[in-house]
Amino acid sequence: MPDLPPLLRPPLVTGNKTLGDVTRDICAPMDRRPTALWWGAFAVSLTALLIGIAAVWYQIATGIGTWGLNKTVGWAFDITNFVFWVGIGHAGTLISAVLFLFRQKWRTAVNRSAEAMTLFAVMCAGIFPLIHMGRPWLAFWMAPYPNTRGPLWVNFKSPLLWDVFAISTYLAISAVFWYIGLLPDLATIRDRSEPGWRKRISSFLCLGWNGSARTWLRYETVYLLLAGLATPLVFSVHTIVSMDFATAVIPGWHTTIFPPYFVAGAIFSGLAMVLTLMIIARAVMQLKDYITLTHIDRMCKLMMSMGCIVGLAYGTEFFTAFYSGNGYEQFVFKNRALGPFAWAYWTMVSCNVLIPQLLWVRKLRATLPVVFVIVILVNVGMWFERFVIIVTSLHRDFLPSSWASYTPTAIEIATFVGSFGLFFTCFLVFCRIAPVIAIAEIKGAAHLPKRQAVEHHEEEQAA
Amino acid sequence: MSDRVLVATFEHEDDLLAATAAVRRDGQRIVDAFTPYAVHGLERAMGLRPSRLTWVCFFCGMAGALGMLWFEHWTAAIDWPLDVGGKPWNSMPSDVPVAFEAAVLLAGFGSVLALLAVSRLFPGKQPPIIDPRVTDDRFVLVIAQSDAAFDLNVITTQLADFRALSVEERVTLPGGELQ
Repeated sequence: MPDLPPLLRPPLVTGNKTLGDVTRDICAPMDRRPTALWWGAFAVSLTALLIGIAAVWYQIATGIGTWGLNKTVGWAFDITNFVFWVGIGHAGTLISAVLFLFRQKWRTAVNRSAEAMTLFAVMCAGIFPLIHMGRPWLAFWMAPYPNTRGPLWVNFKSPLLWDVFAISTYLAISAVFWYIGLLPDLATIRDRSEPGWRKRISSFLCLGWNGSARTWLRYETVYLLLAGLATPLVFSVHTIVSMDFATAVIPGWHTTIFPPYFVAGAIFSGLAMVLTLMIIARAVMQLKDYITLTHIDRMCKLMMSMGCIVGLAYGTEFFTAFYSGNGYEQFVFKNRALGPFAWAYWTMVSCNVLIPQLLWVRKLRATLPVVFVIVILVNVGMWFERFVIIVTSLHRDFLPSSWASYTPTAIEIATFVGSFGLFFTCFLVFCRIAPVIAIAEIKGAAHLPKRQAVEHHEEEQAA
Repeated sequence: MSDRVLVATFEHEDDLLAATAAVRRDGQRIVDAFTPYAVHGLERAMGLRPSRLTWVCFFCGMAGALGMLWFEHWTAAIDWPLDVGGKPWNSMPSDVPVAFEAAVLLAGFGSVLALLAVSRLFPGKQPPIIDPRVTDDRFVLVIAQSDAAFDLNVITTQLADFRALSVEERVTLPGGELQ
């Protein structure tokens, strides 16, 4: 077999790895004891999670009067956080499903952790509407089951109910997609572990995977099917989230641009979060040969293009308000840019539209500290986008006599901090117990150089 | 029924691919191949037909969509008609999002469960492992010895040409599972 001609594209895995090296490198963090840095991060996340649990306990026991909401601003911090977390989840599906359909092989280095991120982000998102119900122990009323109240069925015409189905389907399909992707790697862990609890657990969970070519063929078919299903699913989920707003008659919400605008924003914020986690994981877990600067570069480009779409949507919203001739619509947008929440609006514009333009420069895309600062700012900006959409549209409504303002209470902030705690605690535990890179996928996608012995053998054959 | 098989181990996917194609061309029956990752082209070399799981996905998805459409219509227009914002009871457009989600949910779970059922994968299964390195960096080809075309010496030499690391005879267990 002649060697491959020099590749035009930079290699996906650097450092001349063999198949065995790939397995060893990716499984190594699971064999090592956690580092001090890991323990530090874990302690901080767990503390945040405990603060969140205490806050949620208190507000459920007392009632959601503990929030800063009022009759005018009926949605604020919690729905902002809900949309923020759902959006973050979407980049995971983009990377695992959409880039898979487009045959972007570089995704193999990041898809596992992006999928895990999706799962944890959707978990965080689900908590907020659940608390917002006020009586979360009656959450099962959202399920259409035969009941003693008639049976009184759920209202299938309400976007809020569509959301229940969309988010729960999304969580379920993301979990299945992630688990199916893990099967071959769990078998790898089973086969390389010494007899003990890790071997027992991985051998239970890998469902008896043995690498048979027949199973691989079916597996690849199902993986492709799941990617094909997850792609429209991810668009439907954020479309439905945007319909929670767009089907209302509130000026600033009632626009047809919302579905594409929300989907682009979701992917934008999610890519920022993936990059945040990747840059950290790459440094902390010694995966520089797998998550290369090429990966960071490509994700930066994707993120920036999404950011430009979001910027275009901001502009379109203003134009539509101006062109509509509707005084209420025009007022909302003037109020957004110049009213009491102008600081939030301009934070959003600078973080989401202006600052990411720096990524046009190749050199800056290769400077990780700069990229890191930009992605953190994008995360902040995208949180503010949801806050601006929700609060500025509500706080000055049709009747000036009912105008009000909104400030979050300590309980709401503690709940938000708690959701970050949940997210990072889950992610840190995931980094310890599962391979953060899809071993089987990266082996198949990266044309690894042959082992020395093989080449040697080939030379002998030729001679 | 116990059967004798020949187990050849390779170090590189190209060797496995070439060997599989060559052995099959000579009329041997290939029992299975075991690889650490999905080797593209192996299904062609082995002569496997494309998976029919796509049909499972399609029918589960249709069942989800049509079932949910019917259920939404039945609850909203037949069992307890309720006026929501003056919309018609059987307003179809508002039934679409939930029907779509149900289609995706059923299609996804249906195809995964079908995959597990067809491949006989279940929690806690202890499969006979042909070589523990098959999930790491080894490629294994298993050839049936029962075939009339089988000649041990010829095949062993042929496999050596494809840089097989080892070629050994094994016995399959009753039930066809490889030892």
